[in-house]
Amino acid sequence: MDLPHHGHRATKPRARTGPPAGDPMLFDDTSSGGPQMTNQGYYNSGYMSGPPAAGAGAGAGVGVNNLFTDPMANAAVMYGSSIANQGKDIVNKEISRFVSMNKLKYFFAVDTKYVIKKLMLLMFPYTHQDWEVRYHRDTPLPPRHDLNAPDLYIPSMAFITYLLLAGMALGIQKRFSPEVLGLCASTALVWMVIEVFAMLLSLYLLTVHSDLSTFDLIAYSGYKYVGMIFTVLCGLLFGSDGYFVALAWSSCALMYFIVRSLKMKILSSLSSDSMGAGASAKPRFRLYITMATAIFQPVIIYWLTSHLVR
Amino acid sequence: MAFTLYSLIQTAILCTNAIAVLHEERFLSKIGWAADQGIGGFGDEPGVKAQLLNLIRSVRTVMRVPLIIVNSVCIVLLLLFG
Repeated sequence: MDLPHHGHRATKPRARTGPPAGDPMLFDDTSSGGPQMTNQGYYNSGYMSGPPAAGAGAGAGVGVNNLFTDPMANAAVMYGSSIANQGKDIVNKEISRFVSMNKLKYFFAVDTKYVIKKLMLLMFPYTHQDWEVRYHRDTPLPPRHDLNAPDLYIPSMAFITYLLLAGMALGIQKRFSPEVLGLCASTALVWMVIEVFAMLLSLYLLTVHSDLSTFDLIAYSGYKYVGMIFTVLCGLLFGSDGYFVALAWSSCALMYFIVRSLKMKILSSLSSDSMGAGASAKPRFRLYITMATAIFQPVIIYWLTSHLVR
Repeated sequence: MAFTLYSLIQTAILCTNAIAVLHEERFLSKIGWAADQGIGGFGDEPGVKAQLLNLIRSVRTVMRVPLIIVNSVCIVLLLLFG
């Protein structure tokens, strides 16, 4: 059988007597997985450490055919995979009633190169020249092809990492308990909701017709977690001085990043009026919005991390 | 200032209730914030005040019935569980 190079476990030597029961789930058999891979759209299976459950569900049905000679086990596997597919369909249908899955998939279409370059950009944005988001026939390019596009992968991963770091920092100071972790998580989440809501409200009130969707704002609001992680790490490693130095560094970098990114989207969005008097007020308010968002970032970073590094 | 998700829900309900109790005739007209006084011209520059009045009016119209339901549920829950 031709083992694909995507399978991370495939390089381990396996006994010839047959794999253990859980093994076929671990590498996705892309040789026969053509149809379901195109369904997954932008998911780059090489980046994930395990195949998506859908791939495993359908792939297992194909892949284990050669291995199971017992018809009962065969039938059981087929039944289980069909049940899993039905459950997946039901969940997808319910979720897509509230959230547009295609729009969400666009934000998770990332690859390793993009993540590394974006993380470096978040920490040192001063040398980046071109901040325009590139389009391809009216639709924005996915983050995989355009460094300036916002994504939701980095914010969600950074949020979870921040929670783990907070737990570790509290544990080092012997102040840990599971409730505190939940409290930290919901506090950070609530602040993000407040910030996104305030941005949406101000963009609506000032009739700024930008193409910033809610997910874009969530993405830009979530980039601060990277700065928070860096700050907390430096605070843990180097004490109080390291904390403030890292806070200053990540605040400046994040403020510069937010101002440059949002300037492209908010300040240059066309207002279709030709009144001279009205146009002069608009860029000022848009500038205020951008500056307010930028100023808010270090405040929040300090608020959410200072109690972790005492 | 540790927030829980429950406090977020509480804040949302309280703020929406606050917007919903602004009466059109008795209060908003008196201070010149009625929804039909704000819309001046028909250009595509409504201005901040007109947008705000529009927002208040649409929140009141849309959230009237759901707020009734949510408030009733909240009252029952608070009575039962304190």
